Amino acid sequence: MSTAGQNYLSASTGVRSWLLTTDHKRIGILYAIAVATFFLLGGIFALLVRTELAAPGETIMGQDAYNQAFTLHGVVMVFLVIIPAIPGILGNFVLPIQIGAKDVAFPRLNLFSWYIFMLGALMALSGWLVIGQVDTGWTFYTPYSAEGTSSVLWLTSAVFIAGFASIFTGLNFIVTVHKMRAPGMAWNRLPLFVWAIYATAIVQVLATPVIGITMVLLFLERLLQIGIFDPALGGDPVLFQHFFWFYSHPAVYIMILPAMGIISDLMGTFSRQQVSGYTFIALSSVAIAFLGFLVWGHHMFVAGQSALSSIIFSMLTFLIGIPTGIKVFNWVATMYKGSVSLKTPMLYALMFLFLFTIGGLTGIMVGVLAVDVHLHDTYFIVAHFHYVMMGGALIGLIGGLHYWWPKITGRMYSETAGRIAAVLVFVGFNLTFFTQFVMGSRGMPRRYHDYAGLLDQYPEFAAYNLASSVGSFVLAAGLFMILAYAVHSLVRGKKAPANPWGAVTLEWTHTGPIPDPHNFEKVPLVTRGPYDFHLADDVLGAAASASSESQDNT
Amino acid sequence: MAETSTTLKHYFVSSAQQFDAAKMGMWLFLVTEVLLFSGMFVAYAVYRVWYPEVFELSSELLDWRLGALNTLVLLASSFTVALSVHFIQRNEKEKVVVLLLLTLLCALAFMVVKYFEYTGKWSHGIFPGAGFAPHGDYAAYYTPYAPQFFSIYFVMTGIHGIHVLVGMGVIAWIVTRAIRGHFSAAYYTPIELTGLYWHLVDIIWIFLFPLLYLI
Repeated sequence: MSTAGQNYLSASTGVRSWLLTTDHKRIGILYAIAVATFFLLGGIFALLVRTELAAPGETIMGQDAYNQAFTLHGVVMVFLVIIPAIPGILGNFVLPIQIGAKDVAFPRLNLFSWYIFMLGALMALSGWLVIGQVDTGWTFYTPYSAEGTSSVLWLTSAVFIAGFASIFTGLNFIVTVHKMRAPGMAWNRLPLFVWAIYATAIVQVLATPVIGITMVLLFLERLLQIGIFDPALGGDPVLFQHFFWFYSHPAVYIMILPAMGIISDLMGTFSRQQVSGYTFIALSSVAIAFLGFLVWGHHMFVAGQSALSSIIFSMLTFLIGIPTGIKVFNWVATMYKGSVSLKTPMLYALMFLFLFTIGGLTGIMVGVLAVDVHLHDTYFIVAHFHYVMMGGALIGLIGGLHYWWPKITGRMYSETAGRIAAVLVFVGFNLTFFTQFVMGSRGMPRRYHDYAGLLDQYPEFAAYNLASSVGSFVLAAGLFMILAYAVHSLVRGKKAPANPWGAVTLEWTHTGPIPDPHNFEKVPLVTRGPYDFHLADDVLGAAASASSESQDNT
Repeated sequence: MAETSTTLKHYFVSSAQQFDAAKMGMWLFLVTEVLLFSGMFVAYAVYRVWYPEVFELSSELLDWRLGALNTLVLLASSFTVALSVHFIQRNEKEKVVVLLLLTLLCALAFMVVKYFEYTGKWSHGIFPGAGFAPHGDYAAYYTPYAPQFFSIYFVMTGIHGIHVLVGMGVIAWIVTRAIRGHFSAAYYTPIELTGLYWHLVDIIWIFLFPLLYLI
């Protein structure tokens, strides 16, 4: 039935069958379409910002438009792209199949989450179009946000609503992992992607309500002047920063942990051996989720919190390096003496390893109190979080999308095009952001619409900014190339076999080329770990040999 | 058993699995509710530590007798909702309907008391935040940071009140389902989940009452 008959794409047709679907795979695709659209939008804002900064003086927009452009870039990329992307798209599509479930625990809630997310997203964007512009930056710091344009109200409501989508998605995954695993799918047999999404879900459930109430209080501050955050009314703006970062720091782990899960799966599959330190990688995700709640104050070293708090937050910040280091070393060790195949997803996994390590190590640097006072609010910070968020989270997403593309669409993409695009992305990314490390360490402040006045003292800023802007267009070219061959693959792509990579997790070994509407004909009985390649020959059979043949070709 | 097979969703293996999943989902939702309120409790704690004398003075304006009455009303409603779960497990369906209606009545009583408290405050010019302008006998209560106390009071009890209203809607809905005979000892997940939610609403009030009215 699953090979000859229906698959989840052909089981029913028409717009209604998509918009009212409760199939986790289709909901994943709904997220993919939405997130891809927002990513394009956020990317355009980024290009506008970089174009303005390409040369000193006014290039394409004035200071107000510039402030709005970087605010929209931040809000769209953080709340509408990176946070929902991996759990929404790949978590939805892959996680239930990987644990041998027919669906998530609450399929209707899952669809509801998507609608809530879309409502929040459309509110955020329509507020900008209809009501007025927001120029607070994505952090909405008071008192400015409590006094600025009224569209702040609209945008904070949008963030509040979109937050519920994140909460419900996280809740759904936690219950799914606890209650829906197939017989034999013990906790130590969960693919590391599942562990990562599980750890992420814990953070989503515990942190997101706090941004919710923060947005409510900010809303009421604007509406009724309740005087909690606004110093003009006796409120405390630093309290807002505490509330905001209590969510938004854990939120960076909502963004990066799922990508780490993808990298673990990719490393195992494309090195064709057991992922080194499975238990350590799995539990380090949980450790990061836990420690992530204790370090929010490192965003506020110069915001007027006490020196003692700053020292404690600084020390706790260093602890994050331990579980992160455990992951990085184990990924490297997984490749050691493995049969490494440099397919496009693996290129992205290696790219992640390289870029994320730079992002992570500079994170330790800015966690050092004295260094941070110097680097605070410079381009060094901008470069640091782009290395983690773009070089980490989004590169992981792109790698994961390549990896699961054949399973999602039933088609292969052009391997050659994939590799060329990967090189473009890598070169463009580093050109954009490595230059920002250099100019940030020399004092170039972030969020400035112009740097003409700085050039007397720092003439080198002109060259760095130009290089960074050129890099952003190279990066964009790489991303558009991915879009192009993805569309080509949908239309003309070669039909994918059920297991093109020779992977041994359930979504590859126990479903057809395109999964059945209910994932499995019958619930699988799991008898081995997720990376037990040596035990999987009986399952893989022809697929394994086919994949090793295609490896010989490349 | 016929009832179980109609309520069992195809993606679950058994009713027990489905019930466990629903219950765990509800508990996680309650965790998010606790964290939602925790933001407000933190704001309360911060301002209380900074301005303890303002909080002590301002809390005199809240009538502890009305607060205590509402505490009793909510405790009673938690008891009736717990009993309704108990009796549905024994398949005594009529009692369940009566108990749920009693719960609904308590919730309504809570909101009526809250209505009189709020309107009483407003008539004396006691509004949250910048609107805070007590007049007449209450003018003496205008101290710096008293607006913060009443902002916190109105925001916390207001959001709690919204939770009571939502709870009333949900209870009203499961009453109609209970009357139509949807529940039995074999399937009573909605009653169980509503009960859990209602206990949370109750517990939050148990913290709000002493923090705002008594100390």
